[in-house]
Amino acid sequence: MPVIPDLSSLSVGDEVARAEHRITRDSLVRYAGASGDFNPIHYRDDIAEQVGLPGVLAHGMLTMGIAVQPVVDWVGDPARVVDYQVRFTRPVVVDPIEGATLSLTAKVGVINADSSRVRIDITASAGGQTVLGKAQAWVSLA
Amino acid sequence: MKRVPVNPAIQGRTYPPTAPYLVGREKVREFARAVFATAPVHFDVEAARAAGHADVVAPPTFPVVVQEHTLEQLLGDEDAGIDFSHVVHGDQRFEYSRPVVAGDELTAQLTVTSIKSLGGNSMVTAATEIRDADGGHVVTTISTLVVRGED
Repeated sequence: MPVIPDLSSLSVGDEVARAEHRITRDSLVRYAGASGDFNPIHYRDDIAEQVGLPGVLAHGMLTMGIAVQPVVDWVGDPARVVDYQVRFTRPVVVDPIEGATLSLTAKVGVINADSSRVRIDITASAGGQTVLGKAQAWVSLA
Repeated sequence: MKRVPVNPAIQGRTYPPTAPYLVGREKVREFARAVFATAPVHFDVEAARAAGHADVVAPPTFPVVVQEHTLEQLLGDEDAGIDFSHVVHGDQRFEYSRPVVAGDELTAQLTVTSIKSLGGNSMVTAATEIRDADGGHVVTTISTLVVRGED
């Protein structure tokens, strides 16, 4: 059984998790199948170019899905994530050979002792640029 | 080229509930692998039961699969005037009452909560309420779609 983080040991600003993930074209095909989002801008270079994109993009929802994983690992159970939101501020371009590297850090943003809930603020960047805004997950530590 | 703008009258419009979506155990595992999830409760029924869940637990963003069916209703509504080829996902939120687990039969119902104009674009915010077979609230998914007004 995973150990639940102790609320009283946390302070606002604490870094609770950090991770780096490589997203490849393979990841995009896998996510397309799993999610049912078969928009071809996520796997066809010619179509991405046609619509004026800098390249094939990761699904925003894939980036959002990966970005919460360090938080899930920290709390031990995805069921503890009771609210999760992001803004899609910049697309993640996935090179056919190199892929893209998503760097994630998760810090304590707000502590609500009454409800035993903590807001974790996630920073997500690729190629040195932030790709998500207002990425916040409320987790229950009750 | 100027397009027909999004119809502001759809603010407040609610679409009919979607047909029940049965959450499959293998689908949960497949989705979890696709978002790089590794928590045992996504994959291992025994681990999920030991943690107090009826079956394997879906990742936090899994309800997007169910939400998709309601967005199809919205984008397919000719009266709404949303040109899918000019839609960009602006933001996304999941507000949970309880986690989604394999075996859940989920029904989703979308309401257009706001339409705003911003610099020639339309911002369409839609809330999809997802309920289980007993009618209990599971999660509400909130999406803002940015519909570009001009090329």
